Amino acid sequence: MKVWHFSEMAYPQAWDEGYERGTFRVTVPNSLYDPKMGADVYHRHYDEFQLCDELGINIMLNEHHSTLTCTNAAVTVSGSILARITKNVRILLLGSPIANRPDPVRVAEEMAMIDVISRGRLEMGLVKGAPYEIAPANMNPARLMDRFWEAHDLILKAMSTHDGPFNWESENYHYRQVNIWPRPWQQPHPPVWITALSPNSGRAIAERRHVAAALLSGGIASGMFNAYRERAAEQGWAAPNDRFAYCVLVGVGNTEEEGRRRADQVAGYVRTSPIVSEPFKNPPGYNPVPANVAMLKAGPTQSVARVQTVDGRTIDPTKATVQEFMDARTVFAGTPDQVFEQIKTFNEEVGGFGNLIIMGQGGTLSYDETCANLKLFADEVMPRLKEIKMPENRFGEMAERNAAAGAAD
Amino acid sequence: MSLATTRVDISGVSIDLLESGDGPAMLYLHGGRGHFGFEPFLEELAKTHRVIAPWLPGFGHSELPRSYTTIDDLAFFGLDLLEAMDLRDTALVGAGFGGWVAAEMAIRSTERLRSLTLIDALGVKFGDHLVREIADIHAMYPDEVNKTLYSDPDRFRLRTEGMSDDDLTALVRLGEAEVLFGWKPYMHNPKLRHWLHRINVPTLVAWGEKDAMVSTEYGRQYAAAIPGARFEIVDGAGHYPGLERPLETATLVSDFAGQGV
Repeated sequence: MKVWHFSEMAYPQAWDEGYERGTFRVTVPNSLYDPKMGADVYHRHYDEFQLCDELGINIMLNEHHSTLTCTNAAVTVSGSILARITKNVRILLLGSPIANRPDPVRVAEEMAMIDVISRGRLEMGLVKGAPYEIAPANMNPARLMDRFWEAHDLILKAMSTHDGPFNWESENYHYRQVNIWPRPWQQPHPPVWITALSPNSGRAIAERRHVAAALLSGGIASGMFNAYRERAAEQGWAAPNDRFAYCVLVGVGNTEEEGRRRADQVAGYVRTSPIVSEPFKNPPGYNPVPANVAMLKAGPTQSVARVQTVDGRTIDPTKATVQEFMDARTVFAGTPDQVFEQIKTFNEEVGGFGNLIIMGQGGTLSYDETCANLKLFADEVMPRLKEIKMPENRFGEMAERNAAAGAAD
Repeated sequence: MSLATTRVDISGVSIDLLESGDGPAMLYLHGGRGHFGFEPFLEELAKTHRVIAPWLPGFGHSELPRSYTTIDDLAFFGLDLLEAMDLRDTALVGAGFGGWVAAEMAIRSTERLRSLTLIDALGVKFGDHLVREIADIHAMYPDEVNKTLYSDPDRFRLRTEGMSDDDLTALVRLGEAEVLFGWKPYMHNPKLRHWLHRINVPTLVAWGEKDAMVSTEYGRQYAAAIPGARFEIVDGAGHYPGLERPLETATLVSDFAGQGV
């Protein structure tokens, strides 16, 4: 099991204002952002990622826009800095919201640069982006996924074409001379990751054999991973566990109390991230028609999307306790032994997964506390992960049957 | 005389179409709320005209062809509809978003039109880049949206409680289609203003006095950009005069369309 560390590089200095306005996104004026403090935020996180490089924890970055919960506004900017200042670990950018970026060829070039600068350490995440990212990008929410898959195809073709320019004239993108320099270090292209919530998305990712990542909800992970495994089996291959990633908040301490206290601070991320004013939560076209019909029938929308615990309770992520988050598999917390056991249990629950993305920093967890959290995880939890036995792929036989049938055709 | 809905095929696109009345043809193009709540208005119009009111492609339960991406597609669809139904000397009436479609049709061809009526129409940008003339309802809470669209939101806002799945689906598809055609540029075509001079049939621009989606000032500029167009205010109405003042609006529209018949 590979381990990754992730932080959103939040700006908690302005969170009181976010609470007061009832939103942490889109409309909060940036007069509340002090660039001097902002520089400190970036530098400390880059230092934490350098520590990861020494500890052997891989790095994950994401991006959001117009928000105080994530000041990493361009995944490729921080990615390129880390490509140069780290030496060992892999760098996962999860990801570039490609349906919101007008120029996929530029995305391919930037990613290729990072892959070369890092000497082949890039993992390339391509994401749909949250609904509230539509307003800052002002891209059309209708037919967004059509644009997503088209951009995906174009990026991979740009990265893997080496015999001069090709033509791409389609509904969404128009180029006559696609010929990126540099080309990526990894051939044919860096590994592709996609985040997903629904089983349908899991199936679409399986068809392309990319890594599927689930975030912060055990329920979402098991449904989506299952759908991926099944779709892979239908197509005659058994999806290995390295195709699955799960991102979870982690607080580990020398005592249970210390681990939970750290987790409580990291959870500042999940407690603020969903607070978005209603107009930006669900632009028309972003969700499929039946899903929107179901939401209308459910009546006035809840102010915040709820999270399910494994035993079926519903929790409000803006107010949940560490224990409630643990019950939803949003948080792993406690002593190294306890955290290890939680990872093991979760692995059973989702049928196995090969990439554990820990959010070892979030909310108000300080630099020193973050370093202590990461070190303890690297020293006491990571070495034991190889002990974890992977469950058998329940679609393994189906995959074999279909592979044999395919071979016979 | 009452509205009947039929399923028709217009140049390969299957759509729902409301029809009622006898007399000279009137093609009515709906706004962002579709035909929900506009029955009294349409029935009033049908007293003097043969009213044909399609659900535009992608709206309601009408099919949305994959190739449809911009307002041009709806304009050409509208012209195809006039031809397919062999409508001549047609009074073309468009409200809100449908007003935009009607204007886009009229700059392309007025061959089958006898007149054009735009009611609180969208589609044009007059001000400079820092001025937002069309309210951004996608940045508003539902209460604000209702205050923007209606002079009397309590009475006229759309209520989804108790709506059938069929109607809810129609409603969701309305919102999605309007976004597909009108997200960026927002509810307008930067080119349209420069071609309005081509409209060569009698034109009425009617505007809800209390429209906060697009102001009466915007309406006056719209009228001024169309040769010889007349401008009229509908007292007390918001963005949907046909909904909030059905009789007054229908009388205004019918009288104008009937002139010189």
